[in-house]
Amino acid sequence: MLEIKGLRAAVGDKEILAGIDLTVPDGEIHAVMGPNGAGKSTLSYILSGRDGYEVTGGAVSFDGEDLLAMAPEARAAAGIFLAFQYPIELPGVGNANFIRTAVNAVRRARGETEMDTVAFLKEARNAVKALAMPDDMLKRNVNVGFSGGEKKRNEILQMTLLKPKLALLDETDSGLDIDALRIVAGGVNAARGPKFSALVITHYQRLLDYITPDRVHVLAAGRIVRSGGPELAVELEQHGYGGLGAA
Amino acid sequence: MVAVTETLQTINQLAGTGYKFGFETDIEMDVAPKGLNEKIIRLISEKKREPDWLLEWRLKSYRAWLSMEEPAWARIVHPKIEYQELHYYAAPKGPAPKSLADVDPELLNMYDKLGIPLNERAALAGVAIDAVFDSVSVATTFRESLAKVGVIFCSMSEAVREHPELVRKFLGSVVPAGDNYYAALNSAVFSDGSFVFVPRGVRCPMELSTYFRINARNTGQFERTLIIAEEGASVSYLEGCTAPMRDENQLHAAVVELVALDEASIKYSTVQNWYPGDAQGNGGIYNFVTKRGACRGRKSKISWTQVETGSAITWKYPSCILQGEGAVGEFYSVAVTNHFQQADTGTKMIHLAPNTTSTILSKGISAGRSSNTYRGLVRVMPRAANARNFTQCDSLLIGNHCGAHTVPYIESRNQSSKVEHEATTSKISDDQLFYCRSRGLSEEDSVGLIVNGFCRDVLKELPMEFAVEAQKLLAVSLEGSVG
Repeated sequence: MLEIKGLRAAVGDKEILAGIDLTVPDGEIHAVMGPNGAGKSTLSYILSGRDGYEVTGGAVSFDGEDLLAMAPEARAAAGIFLAFQYPIELPGVGNANFIRTAVNAVRRARGETEMDTVAFLKEARNAVKALAMPDDMLKRNVNVGFSGGEKKRNEILQMTLLKPKLALLDETDSGLDIDALRIVAGGVNAARGPKFSALVITHYQRLLDYITPDRVHVLAAGRIVRSGGPELAVELEQHGYGGLGAA
Repeated sequence: MVAVTETLQTINQLAGTGYKFGFETDIEMDVAPKGLNEKIIRLISEKKREPDWLLEWRLKSYRAWLSMEEPAWARIVHPKIEYQELHYYAAPKGPAPKSLADVDPELLNMYDKLGIPLNERAALAGVAIDAVFDSVSVATTFRESLAKVGVIFCSMSEAVREHPELVRKFLGSVVPAGDNYYAALNSAVFSDGSFVFVPRGVRCPMELSTYFRINARNTGQFERTLIIAEEGASVSYLEGCTAPMRDENQLHAAVVELVALDEASIKYSTVQNWYPGDAQGNGGIYNFVTKRGACRGRKSKISWTQVETGSAITWKYPSCILQGEGAVGEFYSVAVTNHFQQADTGTKMIHLAPNTTSTILSKGISAGRSSNTYRGLVRVMPRAANARNFTQCDSLLIGNHCGAHTVPYIESRNQSSKVEHEATTSKISDDQLFYCRSRGLSEEDSVGLIVNGFCRDVLKELPMEFAVEAQKLLAVSLEGSVG
């Protein structure tokens, strides 16, 4: 379970998050919506441990542990996964090798046995198929020469194989055509279960047509200004963020 | 580079512990007095029971060396080397071992510790090894199975005794005694090294490998390697090297000569891991090496692959003289410098004959306060119609205190030739590091993965048995610099 209490954060002198309270219980999918510059991506970066953000107040715990005190790799081992808005290219690093290295690093950190190449590849090939990705996806270099849609699907592929407890999806829907959107949403829905939770960050309600959230939160000017059920997303789509006095 | 800077600081505190081969072996040694003069050269020649022609050759080289000066064009700085303060010969005491059973167990232990079993049963499958300890070859494995197909693989000293006609014909034929300062020094005092002869039409049935170890204090190591592949023959050869950790610098000046006749092919791989010095720049090997291959025959091929991670200073330009029509030269290089290491390395591709082609792929990685220079020459002579060269030089920087330099020379005197040069410089970005770490990789593993990706095109040229080793070595070399 993720518990965010009074989280404030700044980049340089600029306050981006002005006190966020948010709880995501196990098994639930929450959507965070909001206009540009509301602090959505900052929230996902702070939760995954990226440098460059100063936490000026509040606390975040994950399964009772102080999340903010952990290194990014320790957060991954604890079960947090960030699907990047702009996935990073790693020239010369094969995708299968990268994901297997990550899977085994996480397994090692959890005291589990490492996966051998054969078992890993079998699982990876199935996941590639389920995400309707081309067969050579595992052989290509990580995100190098991938189209925008392929990059996003590659994030979901990594998520599928890393089996996180909490996935942070940072505008995973941006730049996706409708077919890709369905496939990506399918990947998230397949992961759904009592031990999987997700924070889906998005501008649009579109993605939520395919991933039905348990809760929807509206983030504006660094604060959560409204929370509600899935119907809130529909309302936002009709009236815009301005209707909330939050634009 | 917030993440990198931070790690640099943390790691610099821990640094200097990364070198795993820094132990010293306690062996009774027979050491020549310090200094270099004709008497010492005569002593070396006598110890090795050499024929007169070789002694004369050594003396001629020595006299040439006396009239030469250290080259000053490389991008390296070091205190003056006191040549008279070095020992020029050091060998384990006692008679030369006749078989593995006669080798001092302490020596065998040392090679075991380095992960190089000289016991043939335990040896890497399909790899024959010649082990050179300070000045002498201590053991060569699989000689008999090689002899069955006519391949000669032995120490240079033995070759001088057993195959004098071959040695006399080829020694100095690619790198002449007076070629350069360090080659002249080597020609005067070389102690041992490996000799390989692959007769006409034979594909050498196993990888050949030489393992060099400097152990003695204040001792220079000057090995000499000669590989000859006759018409249609092929051979793959790998050398590896380590040295103990010492505060003072040690000199290593080797010469390697390769000769490929018609349609012969020689693949020469190096994993150089001499002691690089500590994190403050104390100690480490000065590695001044001359390596050159002559593609004498039609459609002959020489391919150099090097992974250079060690040494305080690396000065090395493995080259190909493309003399035969349609000859092929290749140079694949990864050079890693960390802390205060300096590398000035590259290649020369000299196109003399028509339809010759050469490929140069160089990957330089600099971290810490190191300096890493690629220096290369592509020369196309008037007779080399339709010569073709492709060069790619990529540099990767880690941190903000290191330097990368690319110094390519291109001289084309034939209008039909085509010479291409591409170069890139990049840094490991914070984004890349964070991406890997967010997936669960430690910062060091992330750097290792990114660096190995950067070098992949070169590493895949290494013989399979050694590619994995080289990958690990890259990670270890950067340990303590980056994260």
